[in-house]
Amino acid sequence: MLTKRIIPCLDVKDGRTVKGVRFEGLRDAGDPVALASRYAREGADELVFLDITATNQKRATLVALVRDVARELDIPFTVGGGIGTVADVEALLLNGADKVSINSAALARPELIDELAARFGSQCIVVAADARYHEPEGWQIYTRAGTHNTGFDAVQWCREAADRGAGEILLTSMSNDGTKDGFALDITGAVSRAVSVPVVASGGAGSMQDFTRVFQQAHADAGLAASIFHFGEIGIRELKEHLRADGIPVRL
Amino acid sequence: MEIAVINYKGGNVQSVLFALERLGVRATLTADHELIRSADKILFPGEGEAASAMRELRAQGLHELLPTLTQPFLGICLGMQLLGRHSEEGGGTQMLGILPFDVVRFSAAAEYKVPHMGWNTLQELRSPLFEGLREEDYVYFVHSYYAPVGEYTIAQATYPAPFSAAVQHRNFAAVQFHTEKSGPVGTRILENFLKL
Repeated sequence: MLTKRIIPCLDVKDGRTVKGVRFEGLRDAGDPVALASRYAREGADELVFLDITATNQKRATLVALVRDVARELDIPFTVGGGIGTVADVEALLLNGADKVSINSAALARPELIDELAARFGSQCIVVAADARYHEPEGWQIYTRAGTHNTGFDAVQWCREAADRGAGEILLTSMSNDGTKDGFALDITGAVSRAVSVPVVASGGAGSMQDFTRVFQQAHADAGLAASIFHFGEIGIRELKEHLRADGIPVRL
Repeated sequence: MEIAVINYKGGNVQSVLFALERLGVRATLTADHELIRSADKILFPGEGEAASAMRELRAQGLHELLPTLTQPFLGICLGMQLLGRHSEEGGGTQMLGILPFDVVRFSAAAEYKVPHMGWNTLQELRSPLFEGLREEDYVYFVHSYYAPVGEYTIAQATYPAPFSAAVQHRNFAAVQFHTEKSGPVGTRILENFLKL
């Protein structure tokens, strides 16, 4: 049976993992390769690397990082953050990334999704969508780290992205991100029903029960989180045992 | 031991090369007919789209070479589908015809998203490739098309109906999942292949 996936997300800057990761027994928590291997051993199903570097050297650092991670890691990983062109995507895939996620560049020019899917196949093209709720419009898509409202309706945009060839939607609720109050069940459920490709839920995870809810009530295919894993608040293995006890198929 | 990894711009090749590197074996990425013919083992990875993959194989004459090979051969993902007769992908594509299956698309349904993406279990294992594995072990899949179950099937997975997770005919074996991304289980299958 196909399992629900648990995905730790690692922020990287200048080739180093950031966000004060606390892991006992890990000598260098800033080393993306060491951290990735640690998560793989604990039972993570996939990893996401989000590049937050804001310099011109970005591309070279990211490609080198992807190569180092791919050399060591025997589970799939996705790379995202500021990826804008077919050439960017090609460099990352050729160096061992399994999937590439695009966000602002797809909103600026949606045809990019069609071009990438035709060139590399839908299976490796993830569209990351950042949604925020406000009255009266409802869930809308934001860019530039959640500061700029595009005016796009979240469900419509995700449907368009899937229709254009995205193989997966990574949906982050900016309204829930950092709250630890749980995933945004309403918009995650609405997007999951609207598209026929897998949906990764992100933003707001604070407890193991939050994962149960997003799988059972919002039909997410995967749950992504950062700090609760990095700070050791929830272990991947205990989370998966909890989910299995709740009747959710997981790889243990 | 000389291992040839077929180079037809099929994507994801680097991950397979790294997986072999982790096992301490050296492999050559090549489309050279002589190197391929003389290799001890052949790996045929692939991700991407069937019609463009077949175009590239034809452009390099590999569509004629591959069916004549006699050494142990392992196809991975698209590299498995290409061994069939025909695929629905690309508006209908003639494949290599080494195995007698036709590749069809999954139909999306509420709980069954397409692509079939993630970790799924293996059943009905019957090949030395799976030595040391147990029924219901997990491997990683990413695909929208599949080969139905037939007499060539050596492992099954279910989504929502059973399909071929692995196939074999003579020296040609192939898996639909990604051995190089399936953790210790995938590594064991690659090791088993190298021992064949």
